[in-house]
Amino acid sequence: MFDIFLDDAPALVVVLPLLISAIIAFMPSKIWPWIFSIITLLLHLFLSLHLLKEISVSGLIIYEFGNWEPPWGISFKIDGVNIGLQLLFSIFVLVSTFYSRKIFLNEIDYRDSGKAYSLWLLAVGSLNGIILTNDIFNLFVFLEISALASISLIALGAGQNRKALLAAFNYLIIGAIGATFYVIGVGFAYAMTGTLNMNDLVIQLAQYSDGQLAIFAGMSFMLIGLMVKAAIFPVHIWLPPAYSYAPSAVSTLLAALATKTILYFFVRLLYEVFIIYPSYLSLFLDFVLYPLSLLAIFIGTVIAIYQDDIKKLLAFSSIAQIGYITLAFSLKDHSGVASGFVHIFNHALIKGGLFMAVGYFAILYKDRVTLNSLKGFGYKYPITSFALLICGLSLIGLPLTNGFISKLYLFQALYTNQMYFSIALVAVSSALAVVYFWKIVEQMWFSEIKFKSEKEDAYIYLPIWIVTISIIVFGIYSTPIIEFSNLSADYLISGYQN
Amino acid sequence: MSNSFLIILGIITPLFAALFSYVCRYNNNLRDSFGIIGGLITFVISLKIFHGIQNNEVYQITFFTLFDGVDFAFKVSALGSIFSLVASSLWILASIYTIGYMRGAGEKNQTRFVIFYSIAIHAALAIAWSGNLLVLFIFYEILTFSTFPLVGHKQNAESQSAGRLYLSILVGTSLIFFLPAIFWIWLKTGTLDFQDGGILMNKFPAEYLSFLIAMLVFGIGKAAIMPIHRWLPAAMVAPTPVSALLHAVAVVKAGVFSFLVVVVYIVGPDFLLQTKSSDWLVWLACFTIMASSIIAITKDDLKARLAYSTISQLSYIILGAALASSLALKGASFHIITHALGKITLFFCAGAIYVTAHIKKVSDLKGMGYKLPLIFFAYTLGALSIIGVPPFIGSWSKFYLIMGSIEREFIIVSIILGISSLLNIYYLLQPVVIGFTQNSKKEIKLIKAPLTVWPPLITGLGCLVFFFYANYFLNNISGVIVN
Repeated sequence: MFDIFLDDAPALVVVLPLLISAIIAFMPSKIWPWIFSIITLLLHLFLSLHLLKEISVSGLIIYEFGNWEPPWGISFKIDGVNIGLQLLFSIFVLVSTFYSRKIFLNEIDYRDSGKAYSLWLLAVGSLNGIILTNDIFNLFVFLEISALASISLIALGAGQNRKALLAAFNYLIIGAIGATFYVIGVGFAYAMTGTLNMNDLVIQLAQYSDGQLAIFAGMSFMLIGLMVKAAIFPVHIWLPPAYSYAPSAVSTLLAALATKTILYFFVRLLYEVFIIYPSYLSLFLDFVLYPLSLLAIFIGTVIAIYQDDIKKLLAFSSIAQIGYITLAFSLKDHSGVASGFVHIFNHALIKGGLFMAVGYFAILYKDRVTLNSLKGFGYKYPITSFALLICGLSLIGLPLTNGFISKLYLFQALYTNQMYFSIALVAVSSALAVVYFWKIVEQMWFSEIKFKSEKEDAYIYLPIWIVTISIIVFGIYSTPIIEFSNLSADYLISGYQN
Repeated sequence: MSNSFLIILGIITPLFAALFSYVCRYNNNLRDSFGIIGGLITFVISLKIFHGIQNNEVYQITFFTLFDGVDFAFKVSALGSIFSLVASSLWILASIYTIGYMRGAGEKNQTRFVIFYSIAIHAALAIAWSGNLLVLFIFYEILTFSTFPLVGHKQNAESQSAGRLYLSILVGTSLIFFLPAIFWIWLKTGTLDFQDGGILMNKFPAEYLSFLIAMLVFGIGKAAIMPIHRWLPAAMVAPTPVSALLHAVAVVKAGVFSFLVVVVYIVGPDFLLQTKSSDWLVWLACFTIMASSIIAITKDDLKARLAYSTISQLSYIILGAALASSLALKGASFHIITHALGKITLFFCAGAIYVTAHIKKVSDLKGMGYKLPLIFFAYTLGALSIIGVPPFIGSWSKFYLIMGSIEREFIIVSIILGISSLLNIYYLLQPVVIGFTQNSKKEIKLIKAPLTVWPPLITGLGCLVFFFYANYFLNNISGVIVN
């Protein structure tokens, strides 16, 4: 009986959260929606582990919905590229759901608890769909579900600060523009090839090997749409307000995973489908993505230095960090793609940990966390503060933290591609990261105000410390992350060399 | 006791000292005693390792692999055994001095001070015994972060801005230059281990070596070569025990030690001599020596003057490393010891004068020599050693450096070293002269703080005594030079 479930594991990891979300939406209780979510996500983690086991045996799973064969039906694909991300996603979602309960109780009306967790699971399911889908139109559907769920979750922050509504509205409009761009691109592709399946698309596109304007236009539309969704530099403006005015638990989930999943699909599209037009691809990578990444790294870091609001500071730092990832992806070789994936994993943990800690501070302070409000927190709440310190040091990229591993592989990739200017820029920007991070540390530990330490909530600092410890563990024993990233790069880049 | 256990014990002892200080934070005497006890334990261990190195014993331990070809490992080199001996022995005296100073000056937050003081020593020892460049880098950063609370100890606007300058220069340079240089070495050679004779020969393109040297010397901001020296005078806002042990011994010596280690065990003196990639650095070091000596003359604040003197003396070591000949390297390595002994004496005295008489400026010292004879005696001993007058230990290292410059046929460098000694005489002995010749009209109330008087006397006399036992140290140093 159990096997029936396991056979459908690829579908269930997406469908299960979506189903449960409908069930818990109208639960009036403030605890049961959370318990249901936790159980769902435990099952989700179990299914992900099962998928990992399957993949390590077979290497590739194509799941056909309703047994319709791929070019006609929708299919999910699980292979070396996304299995690592799937696992990270599953684990991190569980940890942040655990963290979210006390945060939600403080930040939103308890009667909204059911709706909040319903949206939460909706976001989880659809983001997971982005990771697994093998169909470009199906991706659009998941993009929209995840965007609408995220927007509603962000708007829940209105109880704390009315600006959350504006942030949500901004995200809605800009996100819709991005999605529209993407779907126009899909339309072009469908008109030319008559297919939506990614594997089939590659075959169909091959007949236009000399290139067709309509296809290039379609590809450009798709890429720009995804860039908006992934908050790549000049089209990132929705992200900082959205992350900073959302309820803290929501910013944790979004900052750690939402953009990462889209970045993953972005790179998959580039190296799996668009690869058949190498000249177009290198045009896009060299003259669009590469310079934009450098700008993102530099400008994101500099703006972060001038932020007073901590969540905004972290959000702008995210812009810079997304820049690191896209910089790595723009390198067109194995080391580049692998180091991009390494940073996707590591940055998800780092930013997740930082947002968790700052979110807890926001509840303790009962207002928005600014630099001033953090005065003396290092003594007042030592457990959470210390976790924040470690995550921050990892963000800077000091050795023994996973941020260092990211930097190491990024440097190596840049060096093999002889991009010395980029190396210098990355080095300078990681030194500038010290400036904005140290402003926080200075307020927390070295201000004039002193406090006696107060009791902290174990339900909140436990998940924070799980993330923090994983940051140190993966800084020392980086093999799992490196293996998964290399696996992803192996799958993607083998296509490039053919 | 096995050799690897000795290393672990030596490195964690300061951490335990910090922990116990925190646990016993309500009992001042007990809290402060852990610094002395920790100092004694680490000193015994360092001494044992120092002798072991003389007898060709190997001290190493590997914990785990960080990434390809780089382990988290410790391995004591000959150079490291010298540095750890200096740092741990002076930690004992500095701990005693700290008690006298902090209580005499009535500083707040003494527990935090003692804790971070111990952590800084921990980082310094780990730097000394690190097995490869990345481990060295890790503890280099820990040293920076752990001394930040000490620099900003007073928590007023001045110390806060000094702390920011301190941190931004040291961390900034290390992340922008030092770390990329480490990556570069790793990408070229596949390892970062310290090996006799270096690892770069035949693997690193010779034409880029000067560039690598520049990245390293500017990346290791703790070596305070101009123009990356501003943090050191700024750090003088810290209480004097910090200036004495950390900014005359542990931190700055960790900087020049790192550079020496890179030259001796990573680049390799032979490779440097072949390519002459560090000759430009000789001139930069000379410039730093002269310029900071001249700035020191203009400073009326005694600690600021000593800080610029430190910058100048550190460049002696950089100079020796840049010359890379065997005599020069010998001089540079030995200068770590001699300058540490001399300069800590001077700082101890400056702090003692501040605690007992609340005088910071050289011009206010009129007639103080008669009131504080012991302190001025110790100061004179330390100053003479740094100037390089025989029979003080400082004369040896200067002698070797001058010999080294002649060996490399840099005659102008030896002349510059001579002129610098003359400048030393002027700015270091001026306080003594003022103290003994001119009579003060003001009545100054003196506070007794005997614990601040004995440590400088011991180190000052050490400068004199060890002149006759220089061979004891030079034995180990000869092990450094392979060519």
